[in-house]
Amino acid sequence: MGMTYVQKLLAKACGRETVAVGDILELPVSLAMSHENAALVINQFKEIYRGTPLEANIWDPSRIAIIFDHRVPAESSKTATNHKRIREFVAKQGITKFHDVRGDVGGICHQILPENGYVRPGQVLVGTDSHTTTHGALGAFAFGIGATEMAAVWALGSILNIEVPGTIKIEVNGELPDSVYAKDLILYIVGLLSAEGANFKVIEFQGDVIRNMPTSGRLVLCNMAVEAGATAGVVPPDEETCRYLREEAGVEDKVREGETGNPSRSQPGLPGTGREGALGYELDLFSADADAVYDRVVEIDASQLDPQIACPHTVDNVMSIGGIKGKKINQIVVGSCTNGRLDDIEIVARTLKGKHVAEGTRMLVFPASWRIYTDAMEAGYLRDLISAGAVVCNPGCGPCLGIHQGALGDDEVALATTNRNFKGRMGNPGAEVYLCSPAVAAASALTGTITDPREVN
Amino acid sequence: MAKGTVVLKLENDISTDIIYPGRFMATVLPTETPRFAFADDKEFNQTLNDGNIPAGSFIVAGDNFGCGSSREQAASCIKGYEITVIARNFARIFLQNSINVGLQMIICPDIDAGEGDELEVRDNAVFNLTTGKSFVIESLPQARQAIIDAGGLIPYTRSLLMERTV
Repeated sequence: MGMTYVQKLLAKACGRETVAVGDILELPVSLAMSHENAALVINQFKEIYRGTPLEANIWDPSRIAIIFDHRVPAESSKTATNHKRIREFVAKQGITKFHDVRGDVGGICHQILPENGYVRPGQVLVGTDSHTTTHGALGAFAFGIGATEMAAVWALGSILNIEVPGTIKIEVNGELPDSVYAKDLILYIVGLLSAEGANFKVIEFQGDVIRNMPTSGRLVLCNMAVEAGATAGVVPPDEETCRYLREEAGVEDKVREGETGNPSRSQPGLPGTGREGALGYELDLFSADADAVYDRVVEIDASQLDPQIACPHTVDNVMSIGGIKGKKINQIVVGSCTNGRLDDIEIVARTLKGKHVAEGTRMLVFPASWRIYTDAMEAGYLRDLISAGAVVCNPGCGPCLGIHQGALGDDEVALATTNRNFKGRMGNPGAEVYLCSPAVAAASALTGTITDPREVN
Repeated sequence: MAKGTVVLKLENDISTDIIYPGRFMATVLPTETPRFAFADDKEFNQTLNDGNIPAGSFIVAGDNFGCGSSREQAASCIKGYEITVIARNFARIFLQNSINVGLQMIICPDIDAGEGDELEVRDNAVFNLTTGKSFVIESLPQARQAIIDAGGLIPYTRSLLMERTV
């Protein structure tokens, strides 16, 4: 019986010929990522060693990534103290993949990992953040875990008791129409599957539309796979994956010759600092077996899609834009680990260039990393946005989850390119959050109401 | 597990933003998180903080309880009050976090109970003593149960580490 992409990945990771759905595995971890919640991981990590003769040292500091992104720069003395404790721990343990509050290396974790070449096809990648699913876009099996689970990973170098998940294959064919993007596609998919429709399963994205989609769009799809409850989202690696790794992430690894049938206990992505070049590791590109067995196959004709909106207060409350057009908006947020990349900012800047954000509407733009911020600055996008009335903030997660800047007032309405619209998400349970693509956000900024970008361009 | 009262009845898709709002995430220690449990439900949060919810009480929810963020505070803040959560099913990360930190949770696909109902958990079922109905509990996979039996992931990992170091 054939295996899905993730089944094959897991079999390789633990050195087995095959794995079946439901098998319980202990998986060696290739990369373990945390952000500010490393403060709790450190606490739990030390707890594990309490009362033992062992010294509390991380199994392999080169496989740990810590990125400050949730509250940057620190908004309170409490956060600043957490940052300080984490910095001390990072120095003591010799953690090299550390991204502090800095303009040269900083940004949101789910952009920092791919753009620095930390992510490779075939990796088992865990992060103390639910949107760790993002990294499936480069062919990793990447999923979110809690802080205590991460403490165990730091101690053991592996993650325990992982049940091999079943896979839902989403086959997207046709062509995305004008003004319809990866974000619209994933909102549509979450609406179709529901918020729990993929619980404990993997979503494997396939089809012509995915093959033709740049990695920036695949990152959007996998990022929000978790909004349907999926353990992980994944795009099996292909030529575009190699292009991204080489051209945008500075990865120089050779591609392994031929399909590798031999399982070997491997941990892709060897240690290093900064951008990881040729380190002797070969990119292992494989795909799902043709006779793989899926829990469910969903076929989508992309050419039928309109821009989509997720309405309050669940991400699966999705409708085509026609159903909610004209809704008055107080604040527009462009950014986050979902849609804060250069192509997102470009769409918004091109729409707003020489025009103005409507009176009575605020617009905040948070690029996903300082590299993107700098690129957007050099391309003139930031100037266009600022001239139009947008406020360009430093890269970070803050407003998406209502913890740092951009909070909403009572009864206010936000339209955001972020990933969640739960009650209270943007810091106020009395406010509403609608989710959309950057194109819809830009068109709506001009009118101050939810606007179909096809009616602006 | 013995008898207790349902102190909160919740719908489907209760997110971790409702259980533990993001703005309190800089507070991480299990000893400190209970203060902010359900902080946006001011009345319930106050009742919790006033010490008016006895240990062994129940929260009853629908499908997909704990969806959203991986924040472990959402599990530790409820654990602090020794409340048991019964839901039709749980979101993956929350389920694992609960097991890891020792929050009592019960998967009960047909649960039907309202606030104020008296429940009893025994013989792999939840008995609603108020309505006289009973509901079967879905047991956890063996690998997860082993962590609960060890008292949580910290002691479980500690003994594994000692075993492997020898």
